[in-house]
Amino acid sequence: MSLITISEWLLLLSFFLYVAATIVYVLAITGRRWANREPKEHEQRYGRAGFYLVVVGFLAQLGYVIARWIAGGHSPTSNMFEFMTFLSFCIILAFLIIYRIYRLTVLGVFVIPTGIIMLAYASVFPSKVTPLIPALKSYWLHIHVTTAALGEGILAVGFAAGLMYLVRTVPQERPSKSTAWLEIVLVVVLMLVGFILMVSTFANLDQKTVFQVPQFDSSGNVEKTLEVEYLLPAVVAPYQSTIITPGPMTPWFEAPAWMEGQDAARKLNTMLWSIISGLVLYGLFRLVLRKRLGAVLKPLLDDIEPDLLDEISYRAIAIGYPVFTLGALIFAMIWAAEAWGRFWGWDPKEVWALIVWLFYSAYLHLRLSRGWMGTRSAWMSVIGFVIILITLVVVNLVIAGLHSYAGV
Amino acid sequence: MADQRKCECGHTNPVGTVLCEFCGKPVEENGDRAFPSMRYEGMARRSQTHNKTLVDHVWNFFSSVKIAIILIVITLIAAAVGTIFPQQRYIPVPVSGESGVAAFYKDTYGMLGEIYYLLGFHKLYSSWWFVTLLVMIGMSLVICSLDRIVPLYKALSKPRVNPHLSFLKGQRLRGECEPGSDFAADETLAQAAAILKKKGYRIYREGSTLLGEKARFSRWGPYVNHIGLILFLLGVLLRGLPGMYLDEFIWVREGQTVAVPETPYYLKNVEYKTEYYREDEFPEQLDLENRLIPKNFQTDAVLYVNENADLPGAEPKLREVKSGSITVNNPFVYEDLYLYQASNQEMQLAALNFTLIDKQAGNKELGRVKLDLYEPEQEQVVAEGITVRVISYFPDFYMDESGQPATRTSQPNNPMFAVEVRSAQDGAAEKMIYVSGRIIPESEGGRYTLQIEMPDFTDITGLMVRKDKMLPLIYFGSFVVMVGLVMGFYWQHRRIWLHLEQGRLYLAGHTNKNWFGLKREAEFLVEQLALPMSLVLDSKSKNSAAENKTKEEEKPT
Ligand code: HEM
Repeated sequence: MSLITISEWLLLLSFFLYVAATIVYVLAITGRRWANREPKEHEQRYGRAGFYLVVVGFLAQLGYVIARWIAGGHSPTSNMFEFMTFLSFCIILAFLIIYRIYRLTVLGVFVIPTGIIMLAYASVFPSKVTPLIPALKSYWLHIHVTTAALGEGILAVGFAAGLMYLVRTVPQERPSKSTAWLEIVLVVVLMLVGFILMVSTFANLDQKTVFQVPQFDSSGNVEKTLEVEYLLPAVVAPYQSTIITPGPMTPWFEAPAWMEGQDAARKLNTMLWSIISGLVLYGLFRLVLRKRLGAVLKPLLDDIEPDLLDEISYRAIAIGYPVFTLGALIFAMIWAAEAWGRFWGWDPKEVWALIVWLFYSAYLHLRLSRGWMGTRSAWMSVIGFVIILITLVVVNLVIAGLHSYAGV
Repeated sequence: MADQRKCECGHTNPVGTVLCEFCGKPVEENGDRAFPSMRYEGMARRSQTHNKTLVDHVWNFFSSVKIAIILIVITLIAAAVGTIFPQQRYIPVPVSGESGVAAFYKDTYGMLGEIYYLLGFHKLYSSWWFVTLLVMIGMSLVICSLDRIVPLYKALSKPRVNPHLSFLKGQRLRGECEPGSDFAADETLAQAAAILKKKGYRIYREGSTLLGEKARFSRWGPYVNHIGLILFLLGVLLRGLPGMYLDEFIWVREGQTVAVPETPYYLKNVEYKTEYYREDEFPEQLDLENRLIPKNFQTDAVLYVNENADLPGAEPKLREVKSGSITVNNPFVYEDLYLYQASNQEMQLAALNFTLIDKQAGNKELGRVKLDLYEPEQEQVVAEGITVRVISYFPDFYMDESGQPATRTSQPNNPMFAVEVRSAQDGAAEKMIYVSGRIIPESEGGRYTLQIEMPDFTDITGLMVRKDKMLPLIYFGSFVVMVGLVMGFYWQHRRIWLHLEQGRLYLAGHTNKNWFGLKREAEFLVEQLALPMSLVLDSKSKNSAAENKTKEEEKPT
């Protein structure tokens, strides 16, 4: 068995262990009211089991990182698949650190799924080990990306704890602006889940739609035609395209003319599917549970002091912020200076790292000197992580078209 | 308004003080109002005591954290706007001139693109207003630090060892023992001192009060961090001065030596090569559809210094100073000069080769003719008594508007030669032209012709030439930033007071962060001393409501 196969098995194993850990964590909280049980003892027992599952899963994933590192000859952070996998690894690591400090069982119910979603999201991208092109051959790159990912992983724990604070404190007796916003955040999470489900389903179904897409020059004449392949059923066709290989459905409409670029329409199509599938999932939940999702989750947290959640979220951000500064900005600058002779070039990825950093700086100042704690601070920790995701997903796949690793 | 305020402990505080510098009693009698914020230890700051002159107003503006946050948020939003469409320098297709740039945004992104261009967002990060934002953040950093460092230094260097009871009762973390519980005061405090010491606290004793203090230095973290940011920004701004930053580009053919612009150096490209991965080097089978993955771009180079650089008009006199290879991610460094492997043009025409043929002698081959495309020899001897002379050469040939031959660039993209073949024996001279891969004789029925042979190719390497005199300052600033962040975030300033008054024992705790950790340590202390005391930690929300009331920006009237 080759090292790469071993690494793949280890990764799969860690995925299942994390899923199992989440289930055990949920049981640890929900099972407290089971008949003839001592609630505290029950939570401790299950909580410990969940923790061990996470530790074993983490070790398996560590094995994946090491095996793939040896097999590929470079740190497994050189494409979208590797990076997102590594980010999930960092989220779990950050969980272990924060859990060691606060020993709060319910943290596992929220943080581990965040890691699982990242891991599942990674699986959407091509997972082949590719050799490094010269531009990526620098040990500074490895140092930079791994540190940045670790910082983002710790900030993700800040996000999860902030979200927990909101779920815990937003009153669910009657609908309000706060419940609506909280539901929106949860729907966005479901859209990410929906996206993963759609892409991984259709990747195995071979239901491709192929278009022929004309490219226009500046005076509106057809310059050349390209072929564009959709993995997902086509809701939106590229501008003025014709279908060569029909897929499972005929497109409903065409992308507007200004959406240029070979992949723009396909990305729009994928985005539409993510939105649709997220909404469908949400609708199903509402139908089955007959409650707002926030109200479903709230009982998990009823026993927790909101202040403790606020503290954890802030602490995670306080730990993650310096790591992020070092990895995503300072190491990035050193590498850029070595590779391109300029430490800063305002390229979209650099700019978005700066935006994330400025945002968390604003968070810290608001908290410290304007007394923004509790709810406002929790919202900011959620928004901060959303900006990180924008940086990782949108900037990689949409804005910085040249560097896009993705095929969906 | 009195200039100085006398506290009941006898200490005289400057105007603007919130908590007595000496005993910590709130300076203003505030009745039911919540205990004031502990920020800056309740010390007076310039920004809150001066607001008369223009300088005061500017000072107060920039020392306000509210303004700092607004500046940061505006910068953040502006930075994001700059990524909606590519910046001018990242336009993916070649465009020429300002009109070309304007057309690119309009044609590619429609009306939004046009607006983007008209608002100057295509060069956002170097626009005057964006730079002004950065400068304002810098000023704010300097002034806010000055405003706070001095009072904070005064407060921290004289810890309130024996504070007023109201100070202790005003802390977020506190507890008191029921009266009547009898314990030996001195013994308890001595025990507490031992326990706290073991936990890393420094102990201060005064009368019936004990103060344990830990990691005071972490209070300086934000300021160290801000000083680092100031150094960093200074480096960035000074970089704009002439001579601080050099940014040039050179193309060098194999074997060629070129002057490095703006420096006394010359660079020779000994060899350029691109390596590709072999199939068997892949860790995993890849379906590359016959694409190759490059492994290495490398130039082997020699750097010379021109010793006559200071003598205007003198011939360059080169002395080798360094040789080595340049690859991506491994620049060639000599003193403060950096050369980066940035680009390449491989298999470019370097010289055309021909065989000179004598048609009258039964197509006899007379000899080889080489026309170098970069430095063509004016005249070459091909065989005994036969020379070939270059009459004119257009490296990038085209016919201009008036129908005259001309060259577009100096690159040999479409070389055109006019040559003359002379024979010493009969004094004849025949002209011919080489263009577009063909030989056109001046007249039919001439004696000579040129037979085209395989041309010479060369690789051209593209190197970035950089000097960045501010880089050390920028790195140093970043380093200071990190030191400050680590100081401020990975340690917390913690204080625990134990105070005996009228038979009661009071405990109070304060930290700038991580109340959870402080509470745990205080609980440990209470447990070890077996005190009949339960600790309270005020909820933050209550605290923050109080803080909103005593807004930091509030000015004394
Ligand atoms: C991009 C710029 C800035 C960054 C990255 C930054 C970063 C920081 C950080 C990390 C802290 C520590 C926060 C904490 O301990 O929770 C801090 C505190 C602080 N910052 Fe900034 N800062 C910036 C700009 C400014 C500016 C312009 C001001 C000017 C008013 C300012 C005023 C303060 C103050 C007063 C504190 C609190 C210091 C203390 O606790 O004693 N900051 N800053």
